[in-house]
Amino acid sequence: MPRGTVVIDAERCKGCGLCIAACPQKVLAFSGTLNKSGYNVAHMERPEACIGCAFCAMTCPDIAIEVYREKVPT
Amino acid sequence: MPTDIANMVKVFERPASLTGARFTYCPGCSHGVITRIIGQTLDELGIAERTIGLAPVGCSVFAYLWYKCDALQVAHGRASAVATGVKRARPESIVFSYQGDGDFASIGTAESIHAANRGENITVIFVNNQIYGMTGGELAPTTLVDQKTSTTPDGRDPTLFGYPIRFSEVIAQLDAPAYITRQALYDTKRINDTTAAIKKAFEYQVEGKGYSLVEILSTCPTNWRMTPLQSNEHVENVVTEVFPLGDLIDRG
Repeated sequence: MPRGTVVIDAERCKGCGLCIAACPQKVLAFSGTLNKSGYNVAHMERPEACIGCAFCAMTCPDIAIEVYREKVPT
Repeated sequence: MPTDIANMVKVFERPASLTGARFTYCPGCSHGVITRIIGQTLDELGIAERTIGLAPVGCSVFAYLWYKCDALQVAHGRASAVATGVKRARPESIVFSYQGDGDFASIGTAESIHAANRGENITVIFVNNQIYGMTGGELAPTTLVDQKTSTTPDGRDPTLFGYPIRFSEVIAQLDAPAYITRQALYDTKRINDTTAAIKKAFEYQVEGKGYSLVEILSTCPTNWRMTPLQSNEHVENVVTEVFPLGDLIDRG
């Protein structure tokens, strides 16, 4: 399984939690940190488990997530 | 940020056809996902330069802020009529309207039906969240029986307010439309299905096949008084019973 990671734009995140529910690896969680708008933003609670599937980014209504994936040798 | 990101490839980012402006939608609202999918479609088809979008009245009234294509913001319900004019004046353009259920299926009923009946070569994105979102959660034509809204606090009583109208099925009775489908966004499979449907609707217009309508069952966590997650479950378990998913017409 390739490894991945996500970069969450904390100022775009509205803390809706849909990415947390969409993640099949249970990587994401609420951080407990509020952004400037007062939203409890999502973050990577278990970054080592991320496979870069991008389900979180597909689900995010605010396009706050970018996804990176390990290069797979061809 | 993990230190090994330099050895990774970016597999998901903001579509190039969208501006960087933040969405004005409430947390968890499906409008943002639909906007992202349209941006991705404009990228994939390489048509942003010749696309003209039509923003409605409703929560998506600011839609013109988010696309890098040209856009108009039109009178309530009249987006399909304006789309007709824009497309006939500039047939080389790709024209799409983005309309909610109150806009498309209530206030714009006449314009919506007749644009479809003429088979105008346009793409209509019809966002059905079963409520008037921007104005405060009032009864919409698509509101479910017994659903509580600010104007039906005891729930929609069909003897007083009628039944939810399946507007896509109404339009599917016409001979002219090329593609009519209903999709949802409650999980990643449905998001993929919606992405494919929107792409097909734009492709049909590029190929000159005529009118296409993509209805998308959307959520309104704020006015439904639900969390975003509960809203998705509500669409999956309740709304799809009234508004079944799938293609109604595909004459491509």
